[in-house]
Amino acid sequence: MTAPAQTASATILPFAEPVKAARDTRPLRLITCGSVDDGKSTLIGRLLWDTKAVKEDQAATLARDSGKQNDLGLPDFALLLDGLQAEREQGITIDVAYRYFSTDRRSFIVADTPGHEQYTRNMATGASTADLAILLTDARSGILEQTRRHATIAALMGIRQFVLAVNKFDLVNYDKAIFEKISHEFREFALSLGVRQITAIPMSALKGENVVYSADSAIPWYDGPTLVETLELATVRTAQAGGFRLPVQRVARPGESFRGYQGTVAGGSIKPGDPVVVLPSGVVANVKQIVTFDLVRNAAVAGDAITLVLDRQVDVARGDVIVSLDGQPMTGLHFDAQLVSLQPGGIEPGRRYWLKSGSRRQRVTVEPISQLELSTGKWRPHASTLAMNAIGKVRLSFEEQAVFDAYEQNRSTGAFILIDPDTLNTVAGGMITAKRAELGGIHTEGQRVLMSLPADLAEQIMASELFANRRDETEIRRLTAKQAVELFSNAASDI
Amino acid sequence: MPLSVQETEVKNPPVSRPPLDPHLKALENEAIHIFREVAAEFEKPVMLYSIGKDSSVLLHLARKAFHPGRVPFPLLHVDTTWKFREMIEFRDEIAAKYDLDLVVHTNTRGAEEGITPFSHGSALYTDIMKTEALRQALDAGGYDAAFGGARRDEEASRAKERIYSFRTPDHKWDPRNQRPELWNIYNGMIKKGESVRAFPLSNWTEVDIWRYIQAEDIPLVPLYYAAERPYVERDGMMILAEDPRLKLLPGETVQRGMIRFRTLGCFPLTGAIRSTASNLDEVIAELEIATVSERQGRAIDRDQSGSMEKKKREGYF
Ligand SMILES: Nc1nc2c(ncn2[C@@H]2O[C@H](COP(=O)(O)OP(=O)(O)OP(=O)(O)O)[C@@H](O)[C@H]2O)c(=O)[nH]1
Ligand SMILES: [Mg+2]
Repeated sequence: MTAPAQTASATILPFAEPVKAARDTRPLRLITCGSVDDGKSTLIGRLLWDTKAVKEDQAATLARDSGKQNDLGLPDFALLLDGLQAEREQGITIDVAYRYFSTDRRSFIVADTPGHEQYTRNMATGASTADLAILLTDARSGILEQTRRHATIAALMGIRQFVLAVNKFDLVNYDKAIFEKISHEFREFALSLGVRQITAIPMSALKGENVVYSADSAIPWYDGPTLVETLELATVRTAQAGGFRLPVQRVARPGESFRGYQGTVAGGSIKPGDPVVVLPSGVVANVKQIVTFDLVRNAAVAGDAITLVLDRQVDVARGDVIVSLDGQPMTGLHFDAQLVSLQPGGIEPGRRYWLKSGSRRQRVTVEPISQLELSTGKWRPHASTLAMNAIGKVRLSFEEQAVFDAYEQNRSTGAFILIDPDTLNTVAGGMITAKRAELGGIHTEGQRVLMSLPADLAEQIMASELFANRRDETEIRRLTAKQAVELFSNAASDI
Repeated sequence: MPLSVQETEVKNPPVSRPPLDPHLKALENEAIHIFREVAAEFEKPVMLYSIGKDSSVLLHLARKAFHPGRVPFPLLHVDTTWKFREMIEFRDEIAAKYDLDLVVHTNTRGAEEGITPFSHGSALYTDIMKTEALRQALDAGGYDAAFGGARRDEEASRAKERIYSFRTPDHKWDPRNQRPELWNIYNGMIKKGESVRAFPLSNWTEVDIWRYIQAEDIPLVPLYYAAERPYVERDGMMILAEDPRLKLLPGETVQRGMIRFRTLGCFPLTGAIRSTASNLDEVIAELEIATVSERQGRAIDRDQSGSMEKKKREGYF
């Protein structure tokens, strides 16, 4: 059915707003998150609406699709975000929607993420690149387990600025006590995640109160900033500190005489003449040239997509990392990491996955060590499969040398995904915390005890705090009772 | 012939342009990263080239990404035979100028069965001459990755799409079950027959595109700039009246006026806007105060709500 088209004179009319000055800052990347139905999509819809990012024809479509609307006679702003048919049918968000808007001060890229637990992976997708998280709660229900899950994932992924939107405030009579209770509870929780920068705002996404316009009449006691004021003042993640990092995406050889290493600078800076090391091989060379389309450049910084030419013939392949001689990343076969399990099969101990980080893909096995218990915020020992949506600490073991920074130091070279070797789907997102000492190296001295225990008793011992704390000093093999008997009889005969 | 950096620089002499502002620079870097990643991970990539402004930006970025080498994959144009004349001229000029491998595909079944936008309506026509044609061309070429110039700000279902958008062997998109896509780590692993559509311009807005075209001095089909042109008003759209296959209906007359196009597609389905913006500065100034979206002029998006998602699920780009 063709909607009544606008008239042929679709002249572009001047809008009662000044032409925006060219932006001179990078856009702030933010996400909305929180439990299902707390009003995330409505909030972003309202934000787009009030910043005039919704065009006339889109507004007409919105009015048509909103149907009988709500009690307040307002359009269903969430429909500006929930663009999939399944989402409209079910009235929930399933996948992230990316939107772009700007105020006179700056531009924004916002990812509206789904609250439903089943789609946590899509929330993680949005969170991985964000500078700031708007965490919503329904003022009537407060902080729920899903709210905690989202806040935790956002914090793990390095988001350090939070806005707590105490939403649907119109439905609790704008009660100050409720706002204070929820924001107090959240502050306590956020501190435990290491997040200190929190702005709590009482809000009605639907009515647009404290979103772009302040709500002086409805909430006279609140004298803090509106959402947009907060966003305008937020900081964009600064370029990665530390040494130069160039994960090599391609080796460009357009002719005999030219060999360039193409990639995006993932940290630090570089200029011609600087000494570099190629990892994992460890070969050293100097930078001869930084080539880009426009001109040969005299420096490149984090974020730049460049082609690097070295001063000598060295063996460099896709997946290698070219780094500064000073301040090198960690290389090794064993690393500690935190990860979020994203698919129904979970992350299985001992299974071989593909790990991709930067441009490097290699085989890895994952050994879960502990899992975060959302209700208490405590890490519990956990050595079995990390189920979908679980947040775990794991140990990664590689077959070939791996190269990483800690995620805290570098959000590019410290991040990875796991790919299932059968389905080829992305099954986890992870963050490197540290390099492990090579097993064997620290265990060649002192006495060791080999015990053979019933599996259930071993589980209990391994579940203890004491054991978990020294897990990296132990080695465990699961055997049948028969194998154990054999092993022990052999060992006995050796002594 | 061996190609050295110096020789390449002669082919693309460095022009002294003011440096890009950080916003456009970040978008450019992201796009180049995606181009290189796909080119490295897939066996047979191709770039969908629709001749419009987004394709022009896409091509420019591809040339930057692989400099000083050639663009290492072909460009595919799905020619419905109903494109604007100036588009086809522009396409051939660009392919020659930049030394590109251009593949042009037309759905011969559609042509044989006489399927035109006038006789069969925009929905069926688009389905056969664009969607089916694209599937044919991708299958024929055995391409396992196809770059497209789609942007998330274009339409609500596009806003949901990943940068690497996974397709089944019959080119279907399952929006309910997209792969997670974290950081800028793209999962390029697929099984035989499956493919990926890659969208380097995902995070660009229409204004970004125009500001980049200006900053980088990218050539465009002249139809984007206002000029006095002949047109016919039909179904609330202004259709360019220069192709003899456009037959006037009773009551219709050819009028003349200052018009231009915000998007370019098949001329019978693409409406012009009245405008006096005859150069880049004026186009951008006009855009920044625009009150309607660019797709407003497109017949195919208005057919039904959720129509883009439906087309995409069936393999439309
Ligand atoms: N009264 C009132 N209703 C609201 C407010 N914000 C959202 N709602 C309503 O709450 C319902 C859910 O809103 P959504 O925006 O779809 O919630 P969501 O958080 O995006 O949901 P998911 O994405 O599925 O997790 C809708 O019916 C909204 O109209 C508010 O501030 N006040
Ligand atoms: Mg939602």
